[in-house]
Amino acid sequence: MDLADTEEEADFRARLREWLAAVLPGLPPAPDPADWPARRAHDTAWQRRLYDAGYGDLHWAASPALRLIFLEETERAGAPYVGANFVGLLHAGPTIAAEGTAAQRARWLPPILRGDHVWCQGFSEPDAGSDLASLRTRAVRDGDRYLVSGAKLWTSHAEVADWCELLVRTDPDAPRHRGITWLAMPMDAPGITVRPLRTLTGTAEFAELFLDEVPVPVANRVGEENDGWRVTMVTLSYERGTAFAGEVVACRRVLGELAREARATGRWDDPVLRRRLGRLGAEFRALWRLVQWNVGGAGATGAVPGAGGSVFKLRYSHARQELYDAAAEVLGGAGALDLDRPWVHDRLSSLSYTIAAGTSQIQRGILAERVLGLPKGR
Amino acid sequence: MPFRLDDDQRALRRGVRELLQGRFGRDALRAAVDAGTLDRKLWRTLGDAGFFALSLPEADGGVGLGLPEAVLAFEEAGRVLLPGPLVATHLAAGHVEGAAEGRAVVTAVDGPLVEWLDAADVVRGGDARGARPVRSVDPLTPLHRVEPGGPARDDPVAVLLTAAEQLGSAGRTTEMAARYAREREQFGRPIGAFQAVAHLCAEMLARTEVARAAVYAAAVTADPVDVAAAKLLADEAAVRGARDCLQVYGGTGFTWEADVHLHLKRAWVRSRRWTGTAEAEERCAAAL
Repeated sequence: MDLADTEEEADFRARLREWLAAVLPGLPPAPDPADWPARRAHDTAWQRRLYDAGYGDLHWAASPALRLIFLEETERAGAPYVGANFVGLLHAGPTIAAEGTAAQRARWLPPILRGDHVWCQGFSEPDAGSDLASLRTRAVRDGDRYLVSGAKLWTSHAEVADWCELLVRTDPDAPRHRGITWLAMPMDAPGITVRPLRTLTGTAEFAELFLDEVPVPVANRVGEENDGWRVTMVTLSYERGTAFAGEVVACRRVLGELAREARATGRWDDPVLRRRLGRLGAEFRALWRLVQWNVGGAGATGAVPGAGGSVFKLRYSHARQELYDAAAEVLGGAGALDLDRPWVHDRLSSLSYTIAAGTSQIQRGILAERVLGLPKGR
Repeated sequence: MPFRLDDDQRALRRGVRELLQGRFGRDALRAAVDAGTLDRKLWRTLGDAGFFALSLPEADGGVGLGLPEAVLAFEEAGRVLLPGPLVATHLAAGHVEGAAEGRAVVTAVDGPLVEWLDAADVVRGGDARGARPVRSVDPLTPLHRVEPGGPARDDPVAVLLTAAEQLGSAGRTTEMAARYAREREQFGRPIGAFQAVAHLCAEMLARTEVARAAVYAAAVTADPVDVAAAKLLADEAAVRGARDCLQVYGGTGFTWEADVHLHLKRAWVRSRRWTGTAEAEERCAAAL
């Protein structure tokens, strides 16, 4: 067991730190979170900077250890996070890298890395959220293309995306997990309607996608026809593996800010609040160690086998909510209810974490069945 | 940065597990509960196997391994509820004649408490004269109260090894609960098929695995804040794990014959030893 940097890692960390210190002061401020076109421009420009400096392909090309160092250093320096590039860099990208053909990798990966293309995720549907395999969006083979019809929901930043990683049903008669196919759908194809969806935060963070006989070339299929469920599990293993890892470092930074605020306002003298923050400190410290532990056992691409990822997702999503609940305590009184104060909007947005990417109940089910070997239940 | 067990560490863990299975299986555990005394022959066996001398440098007659290896050994001790002042004796190796070899039983004053005082050859860390017996909640940990009690000790190694025992206990109760949930049938199917039970078990697993990452990392860094965080999470994993295990066992879990209560009671004792919850939380808060 080791947590120290190797010589190569230490060297990488030092160079990255130096580079971040040089470029970050000149960076424009982050745009309004509700302004997706501005966010796309901001996030892709940052990705291009990373790419030009040689840090663009860390998410699936480098060793997991270097990736964690990258996440630690960028978060500590307050650099932009992947933002609009999340699906491309942490979802579709690694899936294509692992499951795509050489031609598909050459076609889709470089534009993601250069920040030219933004991807969105077309997995969930109105009747297929946690029960993902019950999805009904259909793709009918028509020569060398599929014609796709149906609806998708909770599609983050679909209105500014160039590509969509899309799950479709290609065999309605097969058992539900077997008739699914993974497609890359160009968002400028005819028949696509995008309707932004206002969430409880007050802003549009997702969109609904209506698909009416959208033509998608068969060449855009990743994996075999009707083998999309297996490909999807590859995608999700990244999501539950290290995709949220950088956010743990960000949460630790927020916790430090909360402690400073509490000290400045005298709230720190309250032992109940102080101990609550201390416990959160222990939790986020441990969650980062869990990421390192998971990566220690992961493959070169950072895909984490079942259990570790679900434990992380389960605990992290709740810890994040507890963090912003504690922030409300630090702000106290009117501050906790004032959307102009820091952390209040984040508190609202943290509510999605125990639902998105597989609810807590789904994660517990995975742990119970796949790790503890309990019988399948209802 | 390969944060994972290497082959030697795996072999060590396997060796300690096999030794304890052979020497302190279920029958021995129940016999120890009935006897209420320390098994000096077992103590000597542990000494011969290097359990107390693991961290002692080879030049001093020890095994010369590091903190991670000691943590793995203490995790195994926690799994089987190995009784005795294990941490104090381990810390005494190299300082107290016979401790490393398991010939001496060494205990320590820790805040207001001393465990296994009557069985001990040597008491460290304070004055135990005038100590009065406490009717201990844990049948496997006789306790004495010292008045006035000194401050709790916070030797990071002692805190971490106690956390490692808690981790072992948490892992064991998770396994016990899962096995019971697979085997015990009600309403015509295994109770593990009911989400309410399955999710209880999943939370036990999650607490254990987060605690594991914290304990192993603290063993690598030996950083006092890492150690406090590890103790906090391991205490929670052990105490809540044993409670949840008892719940999964239902009425059977409430009986003396089930081992579940032994895990819970020992976890309660350990959670008040070598840095309790409040101190650990304060230490983590101070580091923010």
